[in-house]
Amino acid sequence: MNGAVRQLIVYIAGGLGLVAITLFIGWWQVDGPGRAIDPYSVASQSLPLPFYEMNFQLTDHSGRTHPKDWIGRPTLVFFGFTYCPDVCPTTLSNISGWLEELGDKTSPIQAVFITVDPERDTVQVMADYVSNFHTAITGYSGSAGQTLKAAESFRVTYKRVTVDESYTMNHSASVFVYNANGEFVTTIDQHEPPGVAVQKIRRVL
Amino acid sequence: MFRTNQTALFVFIAIIAVLLTPAADVYASDLVVEKPWARASIGVSRPTAVYLTIRNGGAVTDVLTMVTTPAAGMAEVHKSEVKDGLARMSPAGNVEVSAGTTAILEPGGLHIMLMELKNPLKKGETISMTLHFENAGPVDVAVPVYGIAASGPKFSD
Ligand SMILES: [Cu+2]
Repeated sequence: MNGAVRQLIVYIAGGLGLVAITLFIGWWQVDGPGRAIDPYSVASQSLPLPFYEMNFQLTDHSGRTHPKDWIGRPTLVFFGFTYCPDVCPTTLSNISGWLEELGDKTSPIQAVFITVDPERDTVQVMADYVSNFHTAITGYSGSAGQTLKAAESFRVTYKRVTVDESYTMNHSASVFVYNANGEFVTTIDQHEPPGVAVQKIRRVL
Repeated sequence: MFRTNQTALFVFIAIIAVLLTPAADVYASDLVVEKPWARASIGVSRPTAVYLTIRNGGAVTDVLTMVTTPAAGMAEVHKSEVKDGLARMSPAGNVEVSAGTTAILEPGGLHIMLMELKNPLKKGETISMTLHFENAGPVDVAVPVYGIAASGPKFSD
């Protein structure tokens, strides 16, 4: 009798203990210090692909390019268009500044500028435009379909916006940093201090 | 003696009159437009941007309501911003400059967008521009043209 009561108490205590432990683990993982910051749960579909998983063709002044051609050198990628008076020249100017600051180490780095406005930005227009910036920057243009595929590969969007009789483009403002294996490493966002940007690029050198 | 007093009185009235001159002049001198520069353009079909700062050292808020320049058919204050990961640009409307503050038009933010350029803006040139303020009235600014890749004037301060 005494033993049975004791056994019951042990079972109840054990059960309550299990519940408490389960609740504690739940709290720890969801709200507590064990809260997971898992980029993949949110962003797995939004991470830019590695170059070797991309499949599209763009053209620069020297001919057709497949993203696989960019493998082998650390690479910065940026989307924009030449009718852009503010953000695009500013970003290209920033990239030029970072490359200059990295000095001799920049020789392996290439910067890829892809137009989201191939209708107006032909291969020649892009080549002329980037000639105003650091020599490591190359301009790329493609068909409407290939441009869309390129944007999708980097998980970015762009949108044509009509302004009076003309139009402008809303587009991703991030610079994508890839290592020499063609794998995405990080992004540099607009308004990031030059020191931070240069530090990020050093990670792929 | 009588004449001297009369002259003194006249000078006194003149001084009071100067002190009571409509406030607009005072506001104009309290508004300082600094560090203006334009980005060189590619031809005339592409728009380009002008940047500057407006310092309001006065005691009253002033508002930039309009920009005109012989260099372009249309000049408008725009704002670039990143929203949902997309860089976008839209007309910013009037720019309020409260007393004691400075409005900063700089790359990646507020800018005066020049559209329908009359001639290509070439590096080294200077264009004239008029900023129209609610209180200060028109303020003329000479805007030097920097290269396409410029990010601003190099300051010594
Ligand atoms: Cu604009």
